[in-house]
Formats: sequence, C-alpha cells, structure tokens
Amino acid sequence: MTAVADSKLHDCRDAFAETLESLAEADSRVVAVVNDSIGSSKLGGFAQRFPERLVNVGIAEQNLVGVAAGLANGGKVPFVSAASCFLTARALEQIKVDLAYSNANVKLCGMSPGVAYGQLGATHHSIEDVAWLRAIAHMTIIVPADSAETGQALRAAAEHDGPVFVRVSRLPVPDVNAPGYRFQLGRAVRLKEGADITLVANGTMTARALEAAALLEADGIDARVVSMPTVKPLDTDEIAAAAAETRGIVTVEEHTIRGGLGSAVAEQVVVTQPVPMRILGIPDVFAPTGTAEWLLDHFGLNAAGIRGAAVALLEGRSG
Amino acid sequence: MALPGRIDRSLAREERLARLREAAAAMRRRDLALVNGAGLGHIGGDLSATDIVATLYLAVLDLDPADPAWPERDRFIMSKGHSSGVLYIALASAGFFDPELLESYMQPLSPLNGHPDRKSIPGVEANTGPLGHGLPIAVGTAIAAQMDGATRRTYCLVGDGELQEGSNWEALMAAGHRGLDNLTVIVDRNGLQQGAATEETNRLEPLGDKARAFGWSVVEVDGHDHAALLELFEGVPVEPGKPTFAIAHTHKGRGVSFMEDEVGWHHRVPTQAEVDAGVAELTS
Repeated sequence: MTAVADSKLHDCRDAFAETLESLAEADSRVVAVVNDSIGSSKLGGFAQRFPERLVNVGIAEQNLVGVAAGLANGGKVPFVSAASCFLTARALEQIKVDLAYSNANVKLCGMSPGVAYGQLGATHHSIEDVAWLRAIAHMTIIVPADSAETGQALRAAAEHDGPVFVRVSRLPVPDVNAPGYRFQLGRAVRLKEGADITLVANGTMTARALEAAALLEADGIDARVVSMPTVKPLDTDEIAAAAAETRGIVTVEEHTIRGGLGSAVAEQVVVTQPVPMRILGIPDVFAPTGTAEWLLDHFGLNAAGIRGAAVALLEGRSG
Repeated sequence: MALPGRIDRSLAREERLARLREAAAAMRRRDLALVNGAGLGHIGGDLSATDIVATLYLAVLDLDPADPAWPERDRFIMSKGHSSGVLYIALASAGFFDPELLESYMQPLSPLNGHPDRKSIPGVEANTGPLGHGLPIAVGTAIAAQMDGATRRTYCLVGDGELQEGSNWEALMAAGHRGLDNLTVIVDRNGLQQGAATEETNRLEPLGDKARAFGWSVVEVDGHDHAALLELFEGVPVEPGKPTFAIAHTHKGRGVSFMEDEVGWHHRVPTQAEVDAGVAELTS
C-alpha cells in the first residue's frame, strides 16, 4: 500500500485530453462538444489539432446535449465535455430523452465531479450526478480511479454503442491499478484480497480505500479492496462474492450517500445476501466552504474515516 | 382507408400539387379514425401540421424507406412529438412501415407510442415529446452535414407554443452564429397552445424579428398552401449563409370545420359521429 501513497499524483483530465486526441486521430467520426469548457477540459491541444471537429455551443447545456444527439444522428461520435454539475443537472432531460431513450451514441465526460471545485461551493459540486444518471434506463456510468483507468474508460466508451457517462476528476490521484491493467466495462477489480471485510470504492476514493486497508492490517483486520469503476451496469458477481466471503461491505464514493455506488451495492445485497453495510460519501447535506481536500477530510472520506467505519461495522456498532 | 404514396418528382408541378392536395386530405381522414381508435391523441395539432408534413415526406425529403438509416438522407426532426399521429401516417404513406400497423396506435406494446421512439419505428429521427428538444438535435444534424461537406438538408417542425421553452433559443443562437444554411425550421404557427392562445399565455410576437435578430432568414408562408410550401422547401436556403426560419401560418384542426381554431381540440378525441362528419368534409 505504501506504493500507492508514494506514487506520483496525476490530474485525470490530462489522460482524458490525451486519449481523446488519440481517438480523434484514429477515427474521423470522433468530435468534441463543449460549453465554453475548452480550458477546464484541457482540450486546448484538441482544439489546435482538430479545430473543425470541436463544436463549442457556448454556455448552453440543453443545446450542448441536444446538438450532440444530432451529431450522433449525423454519424459522428461526440464526446461532450463539460463541468459535471452543469452537464448533468442542466441537461438532465436531454440526457434521458435525446441520449438514453433514443440510444444515441454520445459520450458524456463530466469534468471535475464530486467536491472537486471545493471552495467554489455547493452550486459547483457535482455530488448527485451518478444518482441522477443511474436512475435512467440504458445509461452506462464509469467513475475511473486513476489516470490510466480514465484513458481506458474513454476507449471503452468509444467502443460501446450507446450513451456513456464518464466522470473525469481534476483532483490529483495516484495510480492504483497495476501496470498493464486492462479496464473492462462492467467489471470490478480486486485490488487487494481480504477475508474479514470488503471495501468497495471508485474514483478518488479508491486510493483512500487502499490506504485504509493498510491501517486495518495494522489493526489485525484483513480487508479486501474492490475497485468498482463501472457503477452501471454493476459487477454483481464481485458484490455477491464480497457478501458471501467477508463479514460486511463498506462503500466509499465522492458523491452523496443517496443513490450512488453505495445505493447500487445495497440494492443488490439487500435482496440477495444481506450483510452489514456502511455507505460512506457526502452525507445528505450541501457542503460548507472549504477546499476539496478539506471537505473530504471533513466528511471522513479519508483513510482514517474508512478505517473507523470498517471497525465499527465489524464490532456491530453504528457509525 | 387507403393512404397516399410518395409523389414522383418528375411529374409536372400541377400534377404534383394535385396529388399533394388529395394526399393531405387522405391523411387527415386517416388521422380522425386513428385518434378515435386509440381513444387518445392530439388531433388539433396533427391537422394543423398535416400539409407541412405531407409536403415534406411525400414531395421533398430525399429518403430511402428501404434503408431508413441511409447516411445521406435528409433529416426531418418532428419537435412537436405530440403530433405523432400525423408523423406515423406520413411515415406509413412514404413506405417506412405497413399502414396496417396504424391500427395499433397507442395499444399495449405497440411500436406506435403516443410520442415517437426512433428505436421502434423506422424513419423516426428523434425521440420527442417533451418540448424544446427537436431544434437542438436538428442543429446537430446540420452541423454534422456541414462537417462532411454533404448536401443533405435538415428540416425541423416546431410548435409555436413550444417556442416558450428556452432550449430553442439556445439552439437558434447557435445555428445563427454558425450560419447553418442547410437547416430549415418550420414553425406551426396556429396560435394556440394546450390551454389558450400563445399571445395570451406567454407572448411570442414579434416572432420574426426575434429570429432575424438571432441571425436567421425569416419567411412567412401559408402553412396550408402546398404550392407555397413546396416552393419554399425546394428553394432553401432563402439566403446563403443563413438558416431559414419559416413561420407557417396554420389553423389548429384544419380541414374539419367544427375543430378549426378551437383550443379544446388540442387533445379532445372525436366520437365516431364526429369522425364521420369530418371525413365527409374532407371527401370531395
């Protein structure tokens, strides 16, 4: 686990931008669609190399997603890149109707999700995006944990025929996956074996879950760590294994505890093999002012907080 | 009730117009029975849009019903998705599916949902129903054609009340900014929305000035005059470098005297006696 703590940190938007350029180079149908979000998506390089394939509709998210649906109708493979808070909330009906219900081949890239915008406040936090989109039939949702997984998730999205939502974090994260790792849509990754309890995490929380497992090891608790980049469709086999083989499940996500990864896991285990669970995330509140790191600590979304929840679960305590 | 078919472009203009007139009447007759059979529908808006939809599908659009996904086809985006009745009748007339299927309109498990689903029905370009969705999609198909240097055109029919949705104005701004002259928007300007007149509810006028200010070429047309509609649709763009905003003056319930301009017929269902009376008026 020390390897994770010591490894270099990356902004996943770099892998996003690099991969999108590479996809565009290989496939002339690939276009980027933005809402004045070239800089915040790090698409300056794309704009220089493929100016005719960058559609900037200005600050207009309903039109952003509708135009993307039309581009897909016209044979393009649009990657819509916009701040996740505005992309998902402002254009929710377009995502439901123009993309999911219509099976439009559009890829939504939600930039800087969760509390990444820190002290800009609750208006800019995107802690409901997974819940909103998870409630929509025929959506695929990916929350990558690191740079390499972000790039591979984009490639998987490009190969998948239909709408996909990929969260792309700006918070610096270490590499959590082994070199040579291959992302597979709908498949979880067991980052660490363990027999006592299972920690299920995605996005920025994956590295923290690994750190928590190291702390738990010192406590004499053998924690399994499951990385769950695809929230929809969920890897139900991996959850069934966790429920059958360990004494409980702790989920961790940079998202509200209502309707995201924790809910998806709970929905499965409660009707198949009920086990004690703890769902860690942003509690059902609008976050106060603070940097992203401060907010994550404030809400216990760090190694110590995850460890505390795991110990409490195993001791049968609440909290 | 027999449906019309597509009208050969090589025919003389007068012959094409004569056939269009008869086709539109046949479509209206079928629509009355359709809504009566389903016990649900939006007959007022169907009849207001019939001449526009008939002219496009039967005489203008470059389509291949045998290959509905033909990449070079013209795009018709029906933004006022509640007028699914007239859209389905037009698609069946154009040969996209067996007219027999119309009998299933809105029945359980029918592909002919109350609002169109492109996954279920060949020829439907966009799933619409919630208002203000079609125009942004049409802007997207027009940009795609422009990127490809293709000659295919996009036509988008919007209701007038629908223009109260803000998404349309985002799309109008983007299309004007980009000078999408392969895009034509037709406003079904019947003046009525579900509950009352548009001008009493949330004023649209001066509508043409608004579109002009957004960078569009604006034309006014009688939305029930096939000759005028044909001339317009075959002549776009009106002005090179600008998208065309056609305000089509129409009457809700057009063709059936007791329905015309009556707000109640937005989604009232005609009884069999009313269908018979309407069909009689529409049979010359």
